[in-house]
Amino acid sequence: MSNILEVRKVTVSFDGFTVLNNLDFSMERGELRFFIGPNGAGKTTMLDIITGKTKPQAGEVIFDGDKNVSHLGEHRIVQLGIGRKFQTPSIFGSLTVFENLEAAIGFRDYTHQLFGPMSGEERDLLHETLEEIGLQNRAQVRAGLLSHGEKQWLEIGMLLIQKPKLLLLDEPVAGMTRRERDRTGELLLDIIKNRSVLVVEHDMEFVRKFARTVTVLHMGNVLCEGPMDEVQNNPQVIEVYLGKAHDEVRQVRKKQVVVRRTAPQAAAVH
Amino acid sequence: MTSQKNPFRTFLTDWGPFIIWGVILLLAPMVLSEFRLNLLGKFLTFAIVAIGLDLIWGYGGMLSLGQGLFFGMGAYFFAMYLKLESGGGRLPDFMVWSGMKELPSIWQPFASPVFAIMMVLIGPMVIAAILGFFVFRSRIQGVYFSIITQALTLIVSISLIGQQPYTGGTNGITNLSTIFGHSLADPQTQVALYLSTVIILGIIYILARLLTRSRFGRLLVATRDDEARVRFLGYSPVTIKTTTFAISAVCAGIGGALFVPQVGIISPAALDVVPSIMMVIWVAVGGRATLVGAVVGALLVNAGQSAVSEQFPNIWQYFLGALFIGAVLLFPQGVVGSYRMAFARWRARGHSADAPEVEESPVAGSGRLAQEVVE
Repeated sequence: MSNILEVRKVTVSFDGFTVLNNLDFSMERGELRFFIGPNGAGKTTMLDIITGKTKPQAGEVIFDGDKNVSHLGEHRIVQLGIGRKFQTPSIFGSLTVFENLEAAIGFRDYTHQLFGPMSGEERDLLHETLEEIGLQNRAQVRAGLLSHGEKQWLEIGMLLIQKPKLLLLDEPVAGMTRRERDRTGELLLDIIKNRSVLVVEHDMEFVRKFARTVTVLHMGNVLCEGPMDEVQNNPQVIEVYLGKAHDEVRQVRKKQVVVRRTAPQAAAVH
Repeated sequence: MTSQKNPFRTFLTDWGPFIIWGVILLLAPMVLSEFRLNLLGKFLTFAIVAIGLDLIWGYGGMLSLGQGLFFGMGAYFFAMYLKLESGGGRLPDFMVWSGMKELPSIWQPFASPVFAIMMVLIGPMVIAAILGFFVFRSRIQGVYFSIITQALTLIVSISLIGQQPYTGGTNGITNLSTIFGHSLADPQTQVALYLSTVIILGIIYILARLLTRSRFGRLLVATRDDEARVRFLGYSPVTIKTTTFAISAVCAGIGGALFVPQVGIISPAALDVVPSIMMVIWVAVGGRATLVGAVVGALLVNAGQSAVSEQFPNIWQYFLGALFIGAVLLFPQGVVGSYRMAFARWRARGHSADAPEVEESPVAGSGRLAQEVVE
């Protein structure tokens, strides 16, 4: 079976500074893939490339087996089935929760259809989604008045309603309280069923909890790829994250092992 | 929720004020003097322009300083027909003065009123669509959009002045005396024109209201709030913005076409930069993103302007400037927006003493309030 996403030798540079350097990776259908990497590794730029926000100077992005999306407009790519959740919750503040979802649902309709009402099916789907994200009691509240976590869920709901084949999440739990994070984790578990998901995340606890395969980006290239445990103990990865002082690294590693045994949540590799 | 109430009552609260004001405006010819009626008719054509500007600016967040251009296009196209009709087959007077021997070919089709009316609608729409498409596709936003529209308006008004033989130059198109065979000086013609203006304003108001309440209208507001998100939801903001800009241009064009026969003259001064900014003031004073606000603003500012200018002919512009600054500083929501906010707050207080409006029963109360504020 063909891959859902193939990024082939993509290079991007801004003003001579190379952000992505011959980046090459692929994702299978139904895969949940985490991307980690230090600041400036090119994680967000990679998402920009996949979603068409930035065009690559070289290389191409193949979606769903045979669709080259490297030169399509952003909205076309979304219509093909790639959804993207932004780092900061981006919802429409002056519309109600209901209207936000309504705005998301008609994304494949033609302009003239948007002057008419939603179909019954769309309406049902909208109410289902409202329940799924737990905002059914907030449907008529203006989205700008929601809490940070609720905004995140609303945005996830707007993506869910579009049933994307591939979902890109940029730091989905950033800036959340513990409770919100747990709730978001549950939501994500729902989302990733029957779907390919690519998550960029800084929160190692979160990554450890959900990750199957982790790709480490460094200097715009794939440093290593594999299960979380393997990646975590990869000397190159530790070097990238913690600098070159090997003694220090060894100490930290020891400490990490100890900490992980006692309190798994506390060990973060920031 | 409103849908659970009696649908007739919902309809009444929704459209009641509209119907009442519609009736009042339709009955106005029975009470107002000829002069006042004519003035009111003129203001109502401005209200049509204001509704269009409110769609693009209030709802869409794109401040067009070029509505005067579209207003002027509508006005000139219709004036060309009126001029030819008034001349009864003779060459328009300003062409004779400029030494023209025969009617230029671009003028000839305007002898047909149908063609002229088509041009009133299509001309502004096409220009706005072309301009909008390229501007929005290049993702030009905010103040740059305003500057481009203003520059275009300036270019057109300057070239109208420059093309004296074709456009009547600085004087514009004057001495319009008949419309569809009726004398413009006849009070009955003026009443008919006034009533047509009221009816067309009503239709445009209803259409604009349906538009803002449609899913397209929500997307328009969504584009104002967060254009990138709209794009990443799979919509083309270019299409949404271009469509709205074209619609707003058509409104301005219709306003212009109705303006000309009631005023009897159109000159480049009416579609210059200053009138374009005046249109912005109407909407700002009335209240952005409230369609009623656009109408109220256009009427209030113009009525105030004519009252003050009768009293203080030399300094009335200062009042206007003060009004604009005051509206922006003290009532950024405009007259209607501020009224609605005060009303919503008052109602929220009536329901429960200290709870903020969002915390009360989320379906029944606050949703309606929030909706009212948005609309």
